[in-house]
Amino acid sequence: MRAAYTPIEHRVRGLSDKAIAWLFIAPTMILLLAINLFPLIWTIQLSFTNYRANRPNAPLRNVGLDHYQTILSDPEIWQRMQATAHFVFWTILLQTVIGFALAYLIDRKFRGHGFWTTLILIPMMLSPAVVGNFWTFLYQPQIGLFNYVVSFFTGLAPSSFQMLGDVTLSPWAIIIVDTWMWTPYVMLICLAGLRSIPDYIYEAAEVDRASNWRQFISITLPMCLPFIMLAVLFRGIENFKMFDMVNLLTSGGPGSTTELASITLKRAAFEAWRTGYSSALAIILFVAVFGLANIYVKALNKVKAR
Amino acid sequence: MNTIRTCLLAATMVGSAALGATTAQAQGKTLTLCWAAWDPANALVELSKDFTAKTNIGMKFEFVPWPNFADRMLNELNSKGKLCDLIIGDSQWIGGSAENKHYVKLNDFFAKEGIKIDDFMPATVTGYAEWPKNSPNYWALPAMGDALGWTYRKDWFSRPALQAEFKAKYNRDLAAPKTQSELKEIAEFFQGRDIDGKKVYGAAIFTERGSEGITMGVANALYPFGFKYQDPKKPYAMNGFVNSDDAVKGLEFYKALYKCCTPPGYSNAYMQEGLDAFKSGQAALQMNWFAFFPGLYKDPNVGGDRIGFFVNPPEKGKGSQLGGQGLSVVSYSANQAEALSYIKWFASLDVQKKWWELGGYTCHKGVLNDANFPKSAPFAADFLVAMGEVVDFWAEPSYAQLMQAEQARIHDYVVADKGTAKQALDLLIQDWTKVFKEDGKF
Amino acid sequence: MSGALSTAHSVVAPSGRVKLLAGAIVVLYALVALVPLLWIGLTSIKTPPDSISYPPKVVPFVHFEPSIEGYCNLFNTRSRQTADYLASLPPANSACEEITRSRSMVVVGPSNYVPRFLNSLIIAFGSTLLSVGLGTCAAYAFSRFKVPMKDDLLFFILSTRMMPPIAVAIPIFLMYRELGLSDTRLGMILLYTSVNVSLAVWLLKGFIDEIPREYEEAAMIDGYTRLQAFRKVVLPQATTGIVATAIFCLIFAWNEYAFAVLLTSGTAQTAPPFIPIIIGEGGQDWPAVAAGTTLFLIPILIFTVLLRKHLLRGITFGAVRK
Repeated sequence: MRAAYTPIEHRVRGLSDKAIAWLFIAPTMILLLAINLFPLIWTIQLSFTNYRANRPNAPLRNVGLDHYQTILSDPEIWQRMQATAHFVFWTILLQTVIGFALAYLIDRKFRGHGFWTTLILIPMMLSPAVVGNFWTFLYQPQIGLFNYVVSFFTGLAPSSFQMLGDVTLSPWAIIIVDTWMWTPYVMLICLAGLRSIPDYIYEAAEVDRASNWRQFISITLPMCLPFIMLAVLFRGIENFKMFDMVNLLTSGGPGSTTELASITLKRAAFEAWRTGYSSALAIILFVAVFGLANIYVKALNKVKAR
Repeated sequence: MNTIRTCLLAATMVGSAALGATTAQAQGKTLTLCWAAWDPANALVELSKDFTAKTNIGMKFEFVPWPNFADRMLNELNSKGKLCDLIIGDSQWIGGSAENKHYVKLNDFFAKEGIKIDDFMPATVTGYAEWPKNSPNYWALPAMGDALGWTYRKDWFSRPALQAEFKAKYNRDLAAPKTQSELKEIAEFFQGRDIDGKKVYGAAIFTERGSEGITMGVANALYPFGFKYQDPKKPYAMNGFVNSDDAVKGLEFYKALYKCCTPPGYSNAYMQEGLDAFKSGQAALQMNWFAFFPGLYKDPNVGGDRIGFFVNPPEKGKGSQLGGQGLSVVSYSANQAEALSYIKWFASLDVQKKWWELGGYTCHKGVLNDANFPKSAPFAADFLVAMGEVVDFWAEPSYAQLMQAEQARIHDYVVADKGTAKQALDLLIQDWTKVFKEDGKF
Repeated sequence: MSGALSTAHSVVAPSGRVKLLAGAIVVLYALVALVPLLWIGLTSIKTPPDSISYPPKVVPFVHFEPSIEGYCNLFNTRSRQTADYLASLPPANSACEEITRSRSMVVVGPSNYVPRFLNSLIIAFGSTLLSVGLGTCAAYAFSRFKVPMKDDLLFFILSTRMMPPIAVAIPIFLMYRELGLSDTRLGMILLYTSVNVSLAVWLLKGFIDEIPREYEEAAMIDGYTRLQAFRKVVLPQATTGIVATAIFCLIFAWNEYAFAVLLTSGTAQTAPPFIPIIIGEGGQDWPAVAAGTTLFLIPILIFTVLLRKHLLRGITFGAVRK
């Protein structure tokens, strides 16, 4: 198709299209090579050494795959991965269910739905760090609003439980904040899915006298599925990388209950300054995200193709 | 062609604007001093006005709250940042900062300016200035002496009804505790009690997870019970010292204190939370740094007659956690000469006297050995006692890793109820051994 | 309205009762979800004692007297003084000074909030300008020209977003240390640009794809060069898309925390790492934190409303369009 345009190219003055294409793309690519690809390669190289950024003058030693071996056989790293998986799984599940339900309700197109949709969207636009920080205040056992509201409805004393300091509750405390923040995101994408379903399909189903439930199962859900899956993909990648909000809410505590992979990485890289080791951990995490995302995208494309 | 030019122009404009903004502020004689954000820092701002008046060198300050202080400042030093000309760095940083030459070595400067390091209290010189320890290599001027002590509500302690009840129960007077066990009894006595219609709690202690909080707090229990970092005769031999029966008892004691007697929601508390709990009248006892005592004494609600102070009580032996910092010149600073002149000014006896008056803890013998010093403030005598028995955490270059390990192990045991005290300390030895091995200490 | 009509069971046109119920649930959710934000605003106008009182004080003027103390403490640093010293001072010359004195303190100087906020502005706008500039050019090239390995390049641009920020920060830290870019605004602008440019390219390519090629063709037949056509025909057509993209870039740079906390310490520090460490005398000064948070969130609230039509496209990298 594009070949058809070549004649014009020769007719006009100025730079050739090819030159323009390179001129236009090069700056972006140079920037990305310098600030993304080059650092990535450097990280890979560092991951085979004992380098420490806080001791630049110490002798550099090649340690081969030692770091990878240590990390993959470290039961504590697997605990962090489990904590991360727990967080990712539940946030996605809750956000998908609530988000889809909200989208479905909004799609009933009640009066003023546009206004309320915009209001619901606000939390996801805000800075997770700044807002996450404020949630520590809401979660204070004695003075916080959250405990007050819970105690108002359940009759429990507000200081009888602590969301952030309790081993069983703290994983849920971070899930609640993340769900509060990102449900609108899933909702918005689901809403697009619902709106992409042409009315005539439902009209045809009406003619066939399919029940509402039947319509939902055989039309609404399958047609929305690619959208839901896309939302899950984006949320999954983001939450696997989660750092800012949880760092401010619990900084990984109590003990190491909510120490997600990124927090472990930050501690190894910028507190213990084990640069080589943390580079290996970073690569492992990156490969995990990248691999999972790729498998998932393949599945997504299959669903879309149906 | 115009479009490309526009694109490029926009890029260069943004770039140069950003560059210009960063370089502009290096001009003019202004020093930036970095420290933690706490009461003594405000006193230093006040004190430094004299320096500016005398030398015409302006002072800027960068104060970071304690939980972020080490992270931020070590990051700054390791990135060879030029933010700070002067830094009041924590005692444990000295090893790393000396070995990586983040700080300017001060020996020659001291010799040239006639600053005598012997003028400063020996514990503070070892703690804040020397690396390697006990060798005459100085990387800082002892600036702020500090130790981990306790405050209590004197007004509650002196209530006859409470005194009688306490005496009946424990067969001794309700007063500042003389042992760790007494301390816990007092905390238990106050826990959940109704005072003036308000529910109060026993003791505000350190349990913070992110930086160094719980390690500092537990040290005040571990040292008196008999914990040692290593075999005094064989460096880095930790088995039987870190996890001795005494150490295990000390750790169990700290957990028991946390479980029985802290205010609700106290799972991640450091000095600020302690101050909050004490100032709002929630806690009868508060573990905190001497640095805060002048401010607490001035507090309109709990200060004056209402507050008392005591040194960390002994149990089997004595011991308090060392705090405090030395003042160093950052080697990446472009204003080293001015920074050194600040140190010279700060080291003079007159300034040190005023420093103590304003609420900073001087380390200068000329002030501390003065016969009137113990009476100069209600906590002055205690300060001298505490400084005589201080112990510090590792000051090795890999201190942050050692700290991280202890933070995780202790928090896991005390707050997250994981394993036993012995297991926690055994694991701690394992972690520390790994670090020392990597450092080639064995 | 049309509840009684025959389409009562149709999903296509829901009945009045269904609409009412759906509306009620959505409104309820929205109200509950907004409580934390409302609480931030409310806390910012409380005094510190009111902010930590129990049970919480909810309604201004009824449960508590609004105060500007939080905003005063946000912009000033204070130091506690003895009563004698306070008595010796001349009368306070501002409302903030007066409030501070009533707490037995004096204002020592301005806080670091304003410089941090300015850093946020400079870095956010700088990186947005750069990434939209670069992104528009690249997106145009990808949209209109035959570029070898186009799909691979586009995927590479996208994949840069999958690295955890901390992982990127390790080599960037080392690189900036060597280049002297640590804790500089330029360093942060370049870094945020590199993150945002992937979003910009993907979004803008979508927007430019939607502009019919025929417009440029016609212009070029009229004697425009390719670049003139780009500037005079494509850019005006893409304005909406460019603005929407710019706002997305702006929001990312404005909200970013991980890079900022790891790579800046003062000179170039932005507001997000600064706000959580605003402390008063003893403990977090929640009204001041809330005040800082409120001021920081307001621009984003405005942008969200402006952007609501393009939100979907922005958050999905253009994968979903409406």
